[in-house]
Amino acid sequence: MQSKREREKNGREKLQRIIGTCKSVEERALDPFLIDINENISTVRELFPEWNIPEDLCLDAETIHRLASVIKLQSEWVKHRSTTLYTDPFLLEEKLTRLPKEEIVKTFMQAWRPTVELEQISLHSLSEATGYWESLVPLNERWKEMPPEEVGAGSATREELIKQRILRDRTFSEELESFWQELKNKVSEKSEDGKIHYWDFVGAETYEETIQRAFMTSFLITYGYATLEIHPLEEETFVKPYERPVVKTGKTQLVSIPIAITADEWARWKKGESK
Amino acid sequence: MSKRKAQYASKLKRATHMLFYKKHMKPGVKGWELRKTLGSDYPKVLKILDDYLKALDLQVKTVFEEEKEIEKPTLEHLDKARFLITLRGDLTPKEAKMVGWRIDDLAGLAVTIAYVISKKGQAPRKDVEELLREKLPGWKVGINIDRYVRYGYLTQDEYGQLYLDWRTRAEVDQKALIDLLLRTETKPA
Repeated sequence: MQSKREREKNGREKLQRIIGTCKSVEERALDPFLIDINENISTVRELFPEWNIPEDLCLDAETIHRLASVIKLQSEWVKHRSTTLYTDPFLLEEKLTRLPKEEIVKTFMQAWRPTVELEQISLHSLSEATGYWESLVPLNERWKEMPPEEVGAGSATREELIKQRILRDRTFSEELESFWQELKNKVSEKSEDGKIHYWDFVGAETYEETIQRAFMTSFLITYGYATLEIHPLEEETFVKPYERPVVKTGKTQLVSIPIAITADEWARWKKGESK
Repeated sequence: MSKRKAQYASKLKRATHMLFYKKHMKPGVKGWELRKTLGSDYPKVLKILDDYLKALDLQVKTVFEEEKEIEKPTLEHLDKARFLITLRGDLTPKEAKMVGWRIDDLAGLAVTIAYVISKKGQAPRKDVEELLREKLPGWKVGINIDRYVRYGYLTQDEYGQLYLDWRTRAEVDQKALIDLLLRTETKPA
């Protein structure tokens, strides 16, 4: 006997499979009748009582939406087959393969009405062009040659390379560790429940700095230094640091969560409007 | 000549200039451009021009934004449509050379259009390439399809699907092409 959790997990997988198949029919223009709508609807109906949380209900709604799109494609397919333009593709393909190209061209000529288009210079455009030419500054005046700058070979110190951002003063792992420490400090200062609002952590004085912090935060999460807590209904995202880095095993499926860091979003956060 | 007749004669000339000479990347002009220059009675001017062109074996062709032909178009439909001058009758294969097409390229175009029509107006590019590769050298197949896309006979989406584009709708009588191809007798191999 399966536990409720297992049933839910299997159910989600089934719905995702249905969505995937429907998508490939839509995108690759496959025969929409490859999908057995009745059977899939029965599956969706059977699984429906299992769903309690909004994410599962959304998945259920998306499945219905995808199946509806396939039904629409099926109806278009039937309509097309009933029109005079419908031809059995295999029959036509066979014909096209067997016909010599001269014959194909001869046939095409009877159905092709090429467009007539002319390109011709007029006296008016010639006189306009002459006027333009006269007022045009010569190339050697427009693109004055810049003398090449003489650069002597020399040596650069490590500090200079760091200043020019060619080298970093710390390794990436050191930076990540210190960023993790910063997250832990901020969480202990600002919050009692061990987490901090995503924007309150990544948000910085400048947009560029915010992007850099969001980039580092994504690595904190990927490498198991922290995790994300998402409240979809409230549309709130929190960053929660771990006390020790957590090694993610292959048992649990990792998911990617895209978070848009747009300039508008950053400006809203700066004004204090963002949640 | 009455004032009204003179007015139409002048509009006819302007319409001819606009339709024959290439102004944009795509040939022809949009209905709203004609309305701006000729006035709201531009459909009537085009009708007169079309009658006039009959004797020259040319016609004024209307390509609607929608994929299908519209039987009774409204002014709004016409404003959004593209108007072009096309041939009215048939060309001979010899004459096709004057249009700038080699027989191989033209046969490829015919096969591609017919195949896409048979697949309900949408076919994967790789399927079309495979079909063309049977009679055209492999290196030429991709170049040719790109050329058909560039000229506006086909359009391609990000999934590599090919669709018929505005020029096919303007220039090719799709139903006639399919009927003719199916009626053509193939010699036994």
